[in-house]
Amino acid sequence: MSALARLIARDLRLAWAGGGMGNPIAFFLLIAILFPFAIGPDAALLARVGGGVIWSAALLAALLPVDRLIGPDAEAGTFDQLSVRGFSMSGVAAAKILAHWLAFAPSLMLAAVIAAGLLGLSGGALGRVELGLLIGTPGLAALAVTVSALIAGLRGAGALAGLLMLPLAVPLLIFGAGALDPGGGAGAFKLLGAVSLVLVAGAPFVTGAAMRVAME
Amino acid sequence: MAAPDQPPAHLVFGDVTCVRGGRALFAGLTFTLAAGEAALVTGPNGIGKSSLLRIAAGLLAPASGVVEAARCALMADAAALDGGLRLFEALAFWAMLDGMPDSARRVTDALATTGLAALAAVPVRLLSTGQRRRAVLARVVGSGAPLWLLDEPANGLDSASLALLENLIAAHRMRGGVVVVATHTAIALPDARTIAL
Repeated sequence: MSALARLIARDLRLAWAGGGMGNPIAFFLLIAILFPFAIGPDAALLARVGGGVIWSAALLAALLPVDRLIGPDAEAGTFDQLSVRGFSMSGVAAAKILAHWLAFAPSLMLAAVIAAGLLGLSGGALGRVELGLLIGTPGLAALAVTVSALIAGLRGAGALAGLLMLPLAVPLLIFGAGALDPGGGAGAFKLLGAVSLVLVAGAPFVTGAAMRVAME
Repeated sequence: MAAPDQPPAHLVFGDVTCVRGGRALFAGLTFTLAAGEAALVTGPNGIGKSSLLRIAAGLLAPASGVVEAARCALMADAAALDGGLRLFEALAFWAMLDGMPDSARRVTDALATTGLAALAAVPVRLLSTGQRRRAVLARVVGSGAPLWLLDEPANGLDSASLALLENLIAAHRMRGGVVVVATHTAIALPDARTIAL
């Protein structure tokens, strides 16, 4: 196993240890359940807004793990020890992003099937939600790790995480929800992919820089 | 445990200045440590002992000057051991990242050397402060790095463990390793250079 694969395996283990990833997924489902209570049991209305509800819920659920993606490792000196062993912080950040995506995206996409059932989405709409999540979640994971590095070690980091991350996630939400339109979704999927790629490409460097600053 | 194919251990500081938060901690620091030598970094709190070690480890860039160091193992305040893992697994994670051959045996040996063999299967979070410090020491011992950078290694150690630490440092120097210790506790380092900041 290569060194980066070991880092990814360690992060995956930490993500699932003690139900770490279970909480965001339960939170995601809870939001999906809250909406029918809030707007009433009108099946047609729920089916129409359901895709957007799932995207909003996904964004909010992605916030939950942000404060423990980078902070605990920075505090424990893990990054110091990795740096001493010659790892670049950008490489470590890339491993963190991939590990977070592997832990978060599949369970979120599985939970989205349940949420779609609760909201009465059609099969076609569910397909577009799932494809959108598949394309959008790498960007969301990259954003979560980046924000986590930026807020690591700050007081009130949890509240700050939402203020930093949600505005930056708006393009993902716009194009993710835009792709739900059965007629003209193709362009939105492409733009969603573009936004996701930009986030994934930039995140390791921003995250790595933030980690190095925190180390000094 | 410096392997014969490794370059000889060394640490060179050439006119190094350390600035932290706009304040110069030390300036013009020059010293050379060759194989088998040790240095004791002393000085009051906040004078830059830890910063000196972090510069030597490459974690901190000096404001000016040059630093040349062999592959190093750093013992810092933060343990960087996963609390949920058994001690052996937590050390094995780092040993495998060290990229030295036969990492499992290195960990077993290091645990035996530091008197932790009986605790190999205990989760790290259940270890006492002193045991955790010895575990970090075991990671240094098992790393096979020619240069040891020990920041307050005596913190949390009882007198028996302190003697163990002194013996381990002496053995490492006998093998041609270089040790830099930053401490405010009395640690016996025969013929060590003192760097008073």
